[in-house]
Amino acid sequence: MTHKSKNLKEWEETTLKDFIKKRPEIKEKFTTISGSEIKRLYTTEDIKDFDYDEKLGYPGEYPFTRGVYATMYRGRLWTMRQFSGFGTAEETNQRYKFLLENGQTGLSVAFHLPTIMGVDSDSPLAKGEVGKCGVAVDTLKDMEILFDGIDLEKITTSMTINAPAAILLAMYVAVAEKQGADLRKISGTIQNDILKEYIAQKTWIFPPKPSMKLIVDTFEWCSENLPKWNSISISGYHIREAGSTAVQELAFTLRDGIEYVEWAIERGLDVDKFAPRLSFFFNSHNDFFEEIAKFRAARRIWARVMKERFNAKNPNSWKLRFHTQTSGFSLTAQQPYNNIVRVAIQALAAVLGGTQSLHTNSMDETLALPSEFAVQIALRTQQIIAHETGVANTIDPLAGSYFVESLTDKMEKEAMEYIEKIDKMGGMVAAIEAGFPQREIQDAAYEYQKAVESKEKIIVGVNEFVVEEDQPVDILYIDSNVEEKQVKRLKKIREERDKMKWENSLKELKFAAEKDLNLMPYILDAVKAYATIGEIVNTLKEVYGEYEEPIFI
Amino acid sequence: MERKIRVLIGKPGLDGHDRGAKVIARALRDAGMEVIYTGLRQTPKQIVNTAIQEDVDAIGLSILSGAHMRLFPEVVKLAREKGLNDVIIFGGGIIPEQDIPKLKEAGVAEIFLPGTPTEDVIKFLRENVKRK
Repeated sequence: MTHKSKNLKEWEETTLKDFIKKRPEIKEKFTTISGSEIKRLYTTEDIKDFDYDEKLGYPGEYPFTRGVYATMYRGRLWTMRQFSGFGTAEETNQRYKFLLENGQTGLSVAFHLPTIMGVDSDSPLAKGEVGKCGVAVDTLKDMEILFDGIDLEKITTSMTINAPAAILLAMYVAVAEKQGADLRKISGTIQNDILKEYIAQKTWIFPPKPSMKLIVDTFEWCSENLPKWNSISISGYHIREAGSTAVQELAFTLRDGIEYVEWAIERGLDVDKFAPRLSFFFNSHNDFFEEIAKFRAARRIWARVMKERFNAKNPNSWKLRFHTQTSGFSLTAQQPYNNIVRVAIQALAAVLGGTQSLHTNSMDETLALPSEFAVQIALRTQQIIAHETGVANTIDPLAGSYFVESLTDKMEKEAMEYIEKIDKMGGMVAAIEAGFPQREIQDAAYEYQKAVESKEKIIVGVNEFVVEEDQPVDILYIDSNVEEKQVKRLKKIREERDKMKWENSLKELKFAAEKDLNLMPYILDAVKAYATIGEIVNTLKEVYGEYEEPIFI
Repeated sequence: MERKIRVLIGKPGLDGHDRGAKVIARALRDAGMEVIYTGLRQTPKQIVNTAIQEDVDAIGLSILSGAHMRLFPEVVKLAREKGLNDVIIFGGGIIPEQDIPKLKEAGVAEIFLPGTPTEDVIKFLRENVKRK
């Protein structure tokens, strides 16, 4: 005799009801870390009208829900790409070699704040900041040292740089040229995503219009000169770190992407020429399934947007390829070794979500930049997932789960609501000017803090399972003479460079900016003349002005 | 009626991370204090000038970029030079524990690390601010 289960309603009224009488549920509402309510149980009922072909399809094919490549990790593992940089270019070059020796497969450059803000190491604004949260890069000379002994034709490099991204790209290209590399072979990414700066990371320089113009310049120039280069990494990581929910991260990132595509098309670029080289960057946070659903929803939404909203014809234009970083904010300063566990779980979510590239945080990053010891563990975390757990054996293993598919659909629906709302506001630049995404994020950040303080959300070691802390871990200290060294180097470069060549290059750059030409060739000339980042940025500030922050708590 | 505690929350240096500063600012405001937020990328001089203008009882500084050892003592030094001797200066951000004693020596009253409940900051200010 075959067994026949009850239906859901019967189960709820009998077995469930009886059990709850004996053992009531621990809380009234179970929510994701973002506050999204999660049901006790998901069944076929939740994906009643699920059409496999429409919702999922096959890996490497529209709508790409299951993955952007036909073989995913069976053909090639995600790139293990640790974000890294500190002190001078020499020190960071050494750390890059250490990471490569330990099995990292791609480079990722963290620049210090002066570079990020377009300020030179000898500027009064740079005092105390030189080499502290990234590598000090002022001129092409620093980039040459940074990549010394590293063959740019053989490794891909991601550079986390936004407002002055075009300048750092030009420097990278100049280094590649000096190495005799074929520019058509070099590959990497510049983050180059100014919209999320206004929204979340807040390292802007120029106002929105000229910033968008510079970005489209890079799309145009890269599609002609660097066919394998990802001209942008449209980011949600920072939006999430600033306090947004998972849905907001998803929605604002994709809406930023839509904005970039619109502006590029407005310039007259052919969508199928630049879209295949747009890439994305997401956060991998603590709520395991919410993150996996988010990644899958992202692919599906973007594919549809590119195909239907923008009429892209090249299938490569429909593919959302992304890098992931595990959440920095989720780590604790208390009991820092616990962070190794958090990162492992977050990294696993990214892999199950089909990421192309991954950075795992080090356990000491709530205290300082990663020590060698800590970053090695972070890298090993990825290697263990890749080689010991079996999760890379099959593609999109969680597909078909009643829970994961429901959650993917839910995230898609909620993200689309935000996207449509921003469309109605007149687009992302308009929404930013109205302060909309910024306020959403600030409110979510405050709500989260209240939830933690009321113990509605538990953070192990912080509001529960608290101990009297042990000796602090050994951390990386940036040498106090880094600033002095860098300032000396800069002085020497200013003295030794060809002054006429340098002066002309900046004059030409200003002229080109005033005439609204594509600035890449002019920036290239300036970096090759050893103009500093500060000098180039100041030249552009004369034409573009500076962004003024709207201040509200 | 006793005057409300007035706090300036400042972001010295180039660092753009303002989540913590804004959460603290909001929590202090919800706790009944008057809060002024400086916005990003303030020099120590600008922060101290604003503190004088706004006649604050306390200055809270936030840095996540590692530049705290230079910038926090600089703010303290300038504040004292300008006669703000009773203004409590406190801070937070990404600061190794090993740096805290040196910062306190330089005149920073307290450092609140990641994970600190906002209630702790509120309590600290209520107990330590020298009322005018």
